[in-house]
Amino acid sequence: MIPESFGYSAPTTLQEAFSLLAEHGEDAKILAGGHSLIPMMKLRFASPTHLVDINRIPGLSYVKEENGFLKIGAMTKESAMEESSIIREKYPIFTDAAKLIADPQVRNFGTIGGNIAHGDAANDHPAVMMALDAEVEIASPSGSRTVSINDFFYGFYTTAIQHGEILTEIRIPTPANQFGCAYHKAERKVGDYATAGVAVAIHMDRGGVCRKARIGLTNVNSTPMRATQAEAALEGTTLTADDIKKAGQLASTECNPSSDLRGDEEYKRHLVGIITQRMIKKSLERIK
Amino acid sequence: MKHKINFKLNGQDQSAEVEPRLLLVHLIREVVNQTGTHIGCDTSSCGACTVLIDGKSAKSCTILAVQIDGKEIATVEGLATAEGLHPIQEGFHLNHALHCGFCTPGIMMRAVELLEHNPDPTEEEIRWGISGNLCRCTGYNNIVKAIQWASAKMRGAELPSTEPEFVE
Repeated sequence: MIPESFGYSAPTTLQEAFSLLAEHGEDAKILAGGHSLIPMMKLRFASPTHLVDINRIPGLSYVKEENGFLKIGAMTKESAMEESSIIREKYPIFTDAAKLIADPQVRNFGTIGGNIAHGDAANDHPAVMMALDAEVEIASPSGSRTVSINDFFYGFYTTAIQHGEILTEIRIPTPANQFGCAYHKAERKVGDYATAGVAVAIHMDRGGVCRKARIGLTNVNSTPMRATQAEAALEGTTLTADDIKKAGQLASTECNPSSDLRGDEEYKRHLVGIITQRMIKKSLERIK
Repeated sequence: MKHKINFKLNGQDQSAEVEPRLLLVHLIREVVNQTGTHIGCDTSSCGACTVLIDGKSAKSCTILAVQIDGKEIATVEGLATAEGLHPIQEGFHLNHALHCGFCTPGIMMRAVELLEHNPDPTEEEIRWGISGNLCRCTGYNNIVKAIQWASAKMRGAELPSTEPEFVE
């Protein structure tokens, strides 16, 4: 399968990329890892008239801790996340997710920024970022703005990024000590999108009380979503077996899955309930 | 508009004039005429088109040829040298790790990066490592053995038996 004809530029600075996006108008698309965009172009689901390949712009690929944030450059490859020692030691939720995203070859090219900017509720990073209270930096010729991940996803393939803007960084506030996080998705086979996925982050105080809970859900709504009722049911409790079970039930009721080839609605709700409970328990184990 | 690209294929300098929509796998197979790299699913699922780009395994059906300007590509044709087969090829041969052979070039290229990265992988790491490559003939067991054999050979460790196992 061959995409429709298009023009191509590979700028080496953000300013150059902005000019190209402005010059080529609304039908120009940014090419990051390309592992969502190129398959869509081959299937002619997308036919941009021009691709602005941002892979040759230096300085957009990094994982670092700075000023109270974990900062991830938008062009950081999934495989680089898997290899980062900061990620492996402090943010095992990304290691959970990385293993389940597509396959090794795709992870060599797919980027974190692309996974989020694509705006697909079936992608895994959006739910993970929601669990981690992330914010994203969106750059434009006139400067840059910060958007909370909770306000980022507008609808199917639609995000807060306007034409001419580029997602440059994802920032995660450094959590306090008593913090645990985990992600899992049920998938039919390696490389498939989630039948349902759940990202959990739990913040406990010294007295064993849950001060903050965050639950992000993958592919059970038209946009990535937070299970806010389940979160509220956990906060202020000591996370007993009953508390965890109740949160699972709430998450399975408040999500909004549709029946498709991966399973019917009831099955997906069941999965959300079970995986939510398991990920809360796994997050707790990781605190100790 | 066509773009001029310069790249290395298995150590040799190459250049081509390409339309942006030309896929890397078509550049390799139809412009440079190296047909060891196969097209299986053409949807980045099967891994038959796996090549190395600057040492990283990639599905060449999902990369544009124009993106590889200035980069080094390695395909199955570059594995063997004048001295003989690459240990991965030898491992596949001795362990009967292929039947029809269609997936083999892609899996071998993936295995090259896997062993580069992790010279002594566990069976589980090998199975996750080749999870982006489909084989419809072997059931994977002999492919895993072939990669274990190549790993031992490349590390200078004792070579595992290549006798088939019979299960009562």
